Amino acid sequence: MTAPATEAASSPLCARLDQVSKLFGSFAALRQVSVDLEPGRCYVLIGENGAGKSTLLRILAGLLRPSHGNVHVFGNNDPHDARARIGYMSHAPMLYDELTAQENLRYFASLYPERACLEPAAALRMVGLDPDLPRTLGQYSQGMRQRTSLARVLLPVPELLLLDEPFSNMDVESARQMVELLAGFRHSSRTIVITTHQRELAAPIADWVLALRAGRVASFEHGSPTL
Amino acid sequence: MPRALWTHLVKDLRIEWRSLDAIVSMLFFSGLVVVLFSIAFDPRGAFSQQIAGGVLCVATMFASVSALNQAWAREIRHQVMDAQRMVPSSGAELFLAKAIANFLFVSIVQVLLAPFFFVFYNLHVAGQGWLLAVVLPLGTWALVGNGIFFAALSIRSRNRELLLSLILFPIFIPALLAMVQATTAILTGESDPTLWIKMLVGYDIIFTTVSLLLFDVVFHAE
Repeated sequence: MTAPATEAASSPLCARLDQVSKLFGSFAALRQVSVDLEPGRCYVLIGENGAGKSTLLRILAGLLRPSHGNVHVFGNNDPHDARARIGYMSHAPMLYDELTAQENLRYFASLYPERACLEPAAALRMVGLDPDLPRTLGQYSQGMRQRTSLARVLLPVPELLLLDEPFSNMDVESARQMVELLAGFRHSSRTIVITTHQRELAAPIADWVLALRAGRVASFEHGSPTL
Repeated sequence: MPRALWTHLVKDLRIEWRSLDAIVSMLFFSGLVVVLFSIAFDPRGAFSQQIAGGVLCVATMFASVSALNQAWAREIRHQVMDAQRMVPSSGAELFLAKAIANFLFVSIVQVLLAPFFFVFYNLHVAGQGWLLAVVLPLGTWALVGNGIFFAALSIRSRNRELLLSLILFPIFIPALLAMVQATTAILTGESDPTLWIKMLVGYDIIFTTVSLLLFDVVFHAE
């Protein structure tokens, strides 16, 4: 089963996966997945471990190349060409342990010279962290690192947010705050793709719920967003 | 200096300033090599003047490799490299910043080690001593530039530390030869080091250019 992919390539889609497969040796992590991502929508990817969720996100981010099929992101045949417009958050914080949260964010902000980035302190406040904390990231709790990682992703105000398990290591209240924050981004026509095992946490912003099973699209259903 | 290059460089220097991981480990290792060689060979004889250049280069080389093996460790640890691959700046700037940072670390170690080296080997410079300030940085850049490139190339390998030495040492041989010969010529004053210095300059230009051109491919490989 695939998500409907009927629009022309020139349509204002945020991203399109067309019959995408990804092989690691003889193991097929993704099998002929076709999905269209529209602007201003939130897509929630669910599935068991090894279903291909993270692989799908990494292909959309341009960090992996598909073995077969085509990927278009913002009209580019190679997502890598659109990387300034994509924000990718992994399981790992993707930040330096030896720097403070603000130093980490300042470092990444200065690598986006052509984008109007958020102020690092403002980005940290958005995710509920104190920007003046003198501690280095290595002394943060897992949840705080996760929030700093989200602040890094939000920094260049990307048009496509790819969030891999953003609620892991987070208490329920923090996860709700994060969902409210993401709802604001969705309302400003930004596309969000979230992989999660905690479907109920993402439900308030889920326009579509895409279930993956053994690398294939098992179902693609409308969500019932409330935010 | 391009902004991204400066940003990467300041970040690497700041992290090293806080941890001193690379400098301390290199200093300890190279100090040990100098002491061991001074025990193995009689440092008072005329022979020490002949081998001192080689000892200094080998001490620098082994010490540098211990740091180069860890050059990308922080980028691998929390997938920081993936975040760096996602930013709209060239990988070449990251490579150059990393090479400059490690060049500075090795240079600091060489400066700290030099007085002990001269004392242990009872050295006096017979040639043009100031040329050491040209030869050592050129040789160090040859080692560090290649080391950073090949360390990035081998980060996806399970035996990355072994692989780095296996790739780096054979490629570094021409530069090592030039560095040792030039250093010995300066210390003994028996021959002219100009040819060896020119060889080092040529080596640095060629390998730095090739590394800069190829680094994006290595950096963005899956």
